[in-house]
Amino acid sequence: MLSAVARRRVLARAPVWRASSSLLRQRWASTTVSLNLNSVTEADLAHFSSFLAPSSILSTLSPSNTPADELTAFNNDWMGKYKGKSTMVLKPRTTEEVSRIVKYCNEKRIGIVPQGGNTGLVGGSVPVRDELILSLSNLNKIRSFDPVSGILVADAGCILQSLVDYLAPHNHIMPIDLGAKGSCHIGGNVSTNAGGLRLLRYGSLHGAVLGLEVVMPDGTILNQLSTLRKDNTGYDLKQLFIGAEGTLGVVTGVSILTPVMPAATNAVVLALPSFDQVIPLYKIVKRDMGEILSAFEYMDRNAYTLSVKHGQGKALSEEETEGAQYFVLIETSGGNKEHDEEKLSNLLEKVMDPDTGLVTSGVLAQSPTQFESLWAIREGIPEAVGKAGKAYKYDVSIPVSKFKEIVDKTREHLQSKGLLREDAVKEVVSYGHFGDGNIHLNIAAAAYTPEITAALEPFVFELVASYNGSVSAEHGIGYAKTSALGYSKDQTSIELMKKIKKLFDPNGIMNPWKVLPH
Amino acid sequence: MRPTSARLLNVLVPVKRCVDYAVKIRVNPDQKGIDLSVKHSMNPFDEIAVEEAVRLRGKLKDAVKSIKVLTVGPPKAAETLRTALAMGADSGIHVELPETAPSPEPLSIAKLIKASIEKQKEPIDLVIMGKQAIDDDAGQTGQMLAGLLGWSQATFASKVEVDETNKVALVTREIDGGLQEVRCKLPLVVTTDLRLNEPRYASLPNIMKAKKKPIEKFQPSDLGVDVTPILETIKITEPPKRIGGTKVESVDELVAKLKAAGITAV
Repeated sequence: MLSAVARRRVLARAPVWRASSSLLRQRWASTTVSLNLNSVTEADLAHFSSFLAPSSILSTLSPSNTPADELTAFNNDWMGKYKGKSTMVLKPRTTEEVSRIVKYCNEKRIGIVPQGGNTGLVGGSVPVRDELILSLSNLNKIRSFDPVSGILVADAGCILQSLVDYLAPHNHIMPIDLGAKGSCHIGGNVSTNAGGLRLLRYGSLHGAVLGLEVVMPDGTILNQLSTLRKDNTGYDLKQLFIGAEGTLGVVTGVSILTPVMPAATNAVVLALPSFDQVIPLYKIVKRDMGEILSAFEYMDRNAYTLSVKHGQGKALSEEETEGAQYFVLIETSGGNKEHDEEKLSNLLEKVMDPDTGLVTSGVLAQSPTQFESLWAIREGIPEAVGKAGKAYKYDVSIPVSKFKEIVDKTREHLQSKGLLREDAVKEVVSYGHFGDGNIHLNIAAAAYTPEITAALEPFVFELVASYNGSVSAEHGIGYAKTSALGYSKDQTSIELMKKIKKLFDPNGIMNPWKVLPH
Repeated sequence: MRPTSARLLNVLVPVKRCVDYAVKIRVNPDQKGIDLSVKHSMNPFDEIAVEEAVRLRGKLKDAVKSIKVLTVGPPKAAETLRTALAMGADSGIHVELPETAPSPEPLSIAKLIKASIEKQKEPIDLVIMGKQAIDDDAGQTGQMLAGLLGWSQATFASKVEVDETNKVALVTREIDGGLQEVRCKLPLVVTTDLRLNEPRYASLPNIMKAKKKPIEKFQPSDLGVDVTPILETIKITEPPKRIGGTKVESVDELVAKLKAAGITAV
């Protein structure tokens, strides 16, 4: 069933994968390849204390003696799946301080984990062992904004929502939007090339980011904070850092192009009887909505039910959702309210026509509050999954025609292993950015167990490879998927990535054991 | 011939188009008004009122003969009526004011609603409306309306049960310190409180149907009401801005700052 290409990839990675497949990977254990890095000592603490403010240092070592539980929020990831054992968190306030920290760590061969909002979903933002945590939280100033060009320059530690709030009175918005916006940092967004809910309309960060300020692994500050829309002078180095997940350097400043706030927005949730209607609906919407379409999100019945059950957003009425197996959230953003409403109204009349049989029912937001509520149902699914149990997340890019198949096959597979039960796998849901070909397959389990992990991996990765898809559409590789990299990138690519890593970071201190397989 | 069955109920729901609940309010430089070039939507308490009327029909079925919604406002206010129609109301009444007219006061609104009720062919039995509008927070219109009409009133309702046979309603009111149950004879003015219900989204089939529902238009002069304001707004200001606190690095610094602020040990 696997294509020849996928089979080659699978075989190429198999030996390494088997060694690291056990649950113990989640804790720093002897199975993780040693990298000749040193642990942080009291002498190092003394050194950092000589140039950092006391409030910038959290360490369980003497003389700081911070209680270990104060470091837990930094050591553990958002899902509670990956737990580091760092003894030190540093929160520098300036790029200079970041540079001094990194330079010292490079000389002493101390591993560093750059950390933003710690909302990542692949264990990329927490230590694997006791690497030093470099938090960018205190680098949180907006440096400049040009209302004519819409170019915003900000420190990496600015929380996305705070940038959104800053831009609002200027009538601009951020080109990315994601459920974690209240906590994630723009530096982290850039380092992970975050996708989010607006990619369909505003493209990826590879296009929106105009320049970066990065502290290289040897402490050198690379200042490419350009505010130019067009600049074809030499190799575009910033593209390497966008999506490098902190393994090539620490992003300390971002220059980003922000779009004008749309004058009119609308949100519609449509209930579809079965998967067969989703693709025809999408084609009509793309054509009829044209330039005003800003999001086309998708949730299966289970995802919708779970989300409203856990109070993420106000539910639609029973009549609207009766018999619907899939829900689609469509957002439009345009310059003219009446024009957009007319387009939307015509579309809805067309798809609601019983002769087309595309849509059974749906709701249209009548106020900004309802708009937020409809979006909350979609944005709240990850949190709802987390409340239902321990989450296994597979964020993949596959052809949209396979969106139902991947869920059905995974469910059947779990069923065949006898794992679909209250004390093992409780929920299997799917949702995602349909317009981007990106589906989030989530499994809520009673607990993370080797049995469930073994049932899901590499099964899901192999399925994705068979569709020639990506094992990580937007979440990145982090720690969780280093062994899966081979399912979507060939050996030549991986070797070249390793060479670049060696060039930028010869001592391997930057976010060790992440992204590239060891 | 005496009618053998009780007359069916006619319900009126006045609704107001206000600045949306989620918008950040900005006071104009002249300090006489606020920036109105922002998103507007139906007053949330009025949404609850419309929802209650629709639920009443759900419970009493054919006993609810009609649900009319009414609004007083500029041409754009017709959108608010359409939303109410999309939630399940049958027809609308739009008392239209010019775009530039000053915002009408509660007393004027109450008079306009009374005049509209008197103009209806069939008597209105129940008026359900929001307890207050979120732009002025006056909370007066419902009470004034009941007074002008000489009707019963049950304000801040968190539960409404209508006995259409006996023309009586049992309303639970939210008051300081708890809940109060009142039995009221119809006709009745009810004003809604937050906990009465959670309004539905407007469903697409209903939005389609709403486009065809009738809306009657009136001018205040048609209803014989003078809407000239009798109150003058002297000044509007924002609340004083909160100044952020600062973190201190040590106990010594804290003590030094306390001393500098003139706080001494007792």
